[in-house]
Amino acid sequence: MHSCKKWGLFMHKDNQPLIFEITKEGRVGFNLPELDVPEVDLSTLLPEGMQRVEEAELPEVSELDIMRHYTALSNRNHGVDTGFYPLGSCTMKYNPKINESVARFPGFANIHPLQDEASVQGAMELMYDLQEHLIEITGMDEVTLQPAAGAHGEWTALMMIRAFHEANGDIQRTKVIVPDSAHGTNPASATVAGFETITVKSNEEGLVDLEDLRRVVGPDTAALMLTNPNTLGLFEETILELAEIIHGVGGKLYYDGANLNAVMSKARPGDMGFDCVHLNLHKTFTGPHGGGGPGSGPVGVKADLIPFLPSPVLVKEDDKYTFDYNRPQTIGRVKPFYGNFGINVRAYTYIRSMGPDGLKAVTEYAVLNANYMMRRLEGHFDLPYNRHCKHEFVLSGRRQKKLGVRTLDMAKRLLDFGYHPPTIYFPLNVEEGMMIEPTETESKETLDAFCDAMIQIAKEVEENPEIVQNAPHTTVINRLDETKAARKPVLRYIKA
Amino acid sequence: MKHRYLPMTEQDQKEMLDVIGISAIDELFADIPEKVRFKGEYNIKPAKAESALLKELSQLAAKNADSKQYASFLGAGVYDHFKPIIVDHVISRSEFYTAYTPYQPEISQGELQAIFEFQTMICELTGMDLANSSMYDGGTALAEAGNLAAAHTRRKKLLVSEAVHPEYIDVVKVYAKGQNIEVVTVPMNDGVTDLVKLEELVDEDTAGVMVQYPNFFGQIEDLAKVEQLTHAQKSLFIVSTNPLALGVLTPPGKFGADITVGDAQVFGISEAFGGPHCGFFAVNSKLMRKVPGRLVGETTDEEGRRGYVLTLQAREQHIRRDKATSNICSNQALNALAASVAMTALGKKGVKEMATQNIVKTHYAKQSFEKAGFEVPYQGSHFNEIVVKVDGSVADANKELLEKGIIGGFDLGRVNADLKNHVLIAVTEQRTKEEIDALVQEMGALYA
Repeated sequence: MHSCKKWGLFMHKDNQPLIFEITKEGRVGFNLPELDVPEVDLSTLLPEGMQRVEEAELPEVSELDIMRHYTALSNRNHGVDTGFYPLGSCTMKYNPKINESVARFPGFANIHPLQDEASVQGAMELMYDLQEHLIEITGMDEVTLQPAAGAHGEWTALMMIRAFHEANGDIQRTKVIVPDSAHGTNPASATVAGFETITVKSNEEGLVDLEDLRRVVGPDTAALMLTNPNTLGLFEETILELAEIIHGVGGKLYYDGANLNAVMSKARPGDMGFDCVHLNLHKTFTGPHGGGGPGSGPVGVKADLIPFLPSPVLVKEDDKYTFDYNRPQTIGRVKPFYGNFGINVRAYTYIRSMGPDGLKAVTEYAVLNANYMMRRLEGHFDLPYNRHCKHEFVLSGRRQKKLGVRTLDMAKRLLDFGYHPPTIYFPLNVEEGMMIEPTETESKETLDAFCDAMIQIAKEVEENPEIVQNAPHTTVINRLDETKAARKPVLRYIKA
Repeated sequence: MKHRYLPMTEQDQKEMLDVIGISAIDELFADIPEKVRFKGEYNIKPAKAESALLKELSQLAAKNADSKQYASFLGAGVYDHFKPIIVDHVISRSEFYTAYTPYQPEISQGELQAIFEFQTMICELTGMDLANSSMYDGGTALAEAGNLAAAHTRRKKLLVSEAVHPEYIDVVKVYAKGQNIEVVTVPMNDGVTDLVKLEELVDEDTAGVMVQYPNFFGQIEDLAKVEQLTHAQKSLFIVSTNPLALGVLTPPGKFGADITVGDAQVFGISEAFGGPHCGFFAVNSKLMRKVPGRLVGETTDEEGRRGYVLTLQAREQHIRRDKATSNICSNQALNALAASVAMTALGKKGVKEMATQNIVKTHYAKQSFEKAGFEVPYQGSHFNEIVVKVDGSVADANKELLEKGIIGGFDLGRVNADLKNHVLIAVTEQRTKEEIDALVQEMGALYA
């Protein structure tokens, strides 16, 4: 049997104590300088009833207690630095360490957003140059760094599209079209921006069905949101026709940049007919993901949407950088200050580390890796769309399902081999889907070892399905009762 | 050129192309129509080697005046606070920062448990029943609170106090526009929300009332009275707060807040030119199933071991899609971890002590300004910010102060025409008596 990895340093199966369970009255994990101004009784400074009576029950622990606690927690967590993480549509590539160092330079980490502009010219220069790089990479005319994450960027761009139509008196454009394979954030962002979502079907090849698109567009179309390549990892070859259909009815074409890693230096949204785009700097440009965030979701637009950009807009006047607040048609502010600067610093550092040849190689290797894995695995799993993929591909577990093993089981079995599983049950138009995105930073040896594990699991499904159905076997915890968690939610610790 | 992040060798490439059955990588891009195919390379700066790039970027960073070198009295929503050194050591553990959202609980117990602890700490400080795993920042958290209130009450009007952070108000307005919600600002009087005006404005169409505590001007709002006026119309009572201040202030939960939001930047998160920070979102239990964002809950595995999972996901965008009331996906998990570590290090005693130092030092600054002849127009109770009236341009004075190693306060004239020549001064525990004295003295000289 293939050797299985043990999770954490030791596979201890006891409950991991909460920080609140190791607290002891009288211990401290801090020291502040002595107060150097005259002491004042708080009751003379705060009105009656405003002074807190019951203390917040925060932990009382020593500094070593803290470090051991979080070290133990980190040992119960899998990151890219722990092992392979082929989570489709998430671009779990290596997070370069130089990015972390640069973001912590005091001149970047310890500056205030409301300082006099003259005292933060270095930060503004970095932001401006990042914008310039993203303009070139996307083929757009202008970029804002204000949105905090991908979904935030989607919504920001849709609010701009809405403002654009309204400025033209086109108030009847209330519908946003999304493909059935779209990320869940697309329809959710459309709703939050006040639009109604219309779904357009995919055809048998996994691409947007042009006939269906022609059927759903009309004078009420505000925009079509598209990921290209789409979530199946397939390039929408009819992109120019798609653009023509949408523009023909006066709608805007929106690019979901979640999959930009697949096309850098190969095709730019701006050249494909897209009017606006959001990028996930924490995906393509090595954010990192941080266990769920923070991200950064800049939005790029073509010229006719520029007046609607969130305020302020960073501009360069002579050799000085300044924030322009005089934007009469702006949608307003989507976030306090100027975006997730710290993540933007990391992305900028990455782009500057890679250069034009590096970014081109990123895409080529990401796509080569995905196609290689797809071909190694196609004999063992169903491959619903058999053509060259881009940076990711989707397998179906329907063959295994017939044998009583679900994709979820196979995903859990992968944990025993030390891998983070692929994205599963997505996109929604593939039965028992497994969406695999290797990224360019993984070596052939890693890809081969993962493929070997997948193939072994496919064999186990035929010969010994219980081992898969009951997986995982080696993690610090087994499958958790999610129904119980949702039925009687326990969302915080309460002292017994 | 070989790149250190790209392990592909020529040999690898050849073997992989053979398995795929093609002879060149370009064939994999043949489906991109010729007309849109990008030829060549991006016209961007060439790659720079590690050492050279570090040098260039450290020089760029050095062009900025940072709060390690300067004594900063600038607050207005972002503060220079003590950040326990241990915070960076914990969040630099790459099992945390290189992980995705914990969708596979068996190998994400570390992150999930850390978030569960974060949720608990936010509840403890705010006095609310439950808190989510984080929002982008305090501003977007407040805006989402507005949308929640409108959806919950099926009403289409929000009242927001003018004493809320002006950039937060701007964000609230944009989010509200998306949902066709009307936003009405409630004027202030003497640095706090005008309660007479609030009583006039709040009515049966009001979805929620938003106030900030302590407010943008550092003043402490009368939450008991706001609660009364708000709930009299069955509107939701929404409080945007500074969680550090809650070390000494009665928490919003005690005043019957329905939603409490804010930013945990005050706990171990760098100013970072405005982001990433860490919004939080806490509610009373009635609103549990309407909270935006991710929630971590406790459960057990089949052997009865305790564990943590993302729960109540039926609320979220990836399940509800166009029925979702919020589109948030990525949040600020790593910064929530940083805040947890800082809250843990400070602990029960430290949060209180640090909050006390803020209020007492600010009081000292206030007395010093008054002694030096400055007017401090708002005389209500304050936390760590005060407004000082000056005789001349704040922007010009700040340029001079910078020369003396001081980052001056926020020029209120930038956001409110009535407050031209007023400066918002923040005094955190980081500021020494010597620095406060120097600020007062320099400003005294500048405005003499």
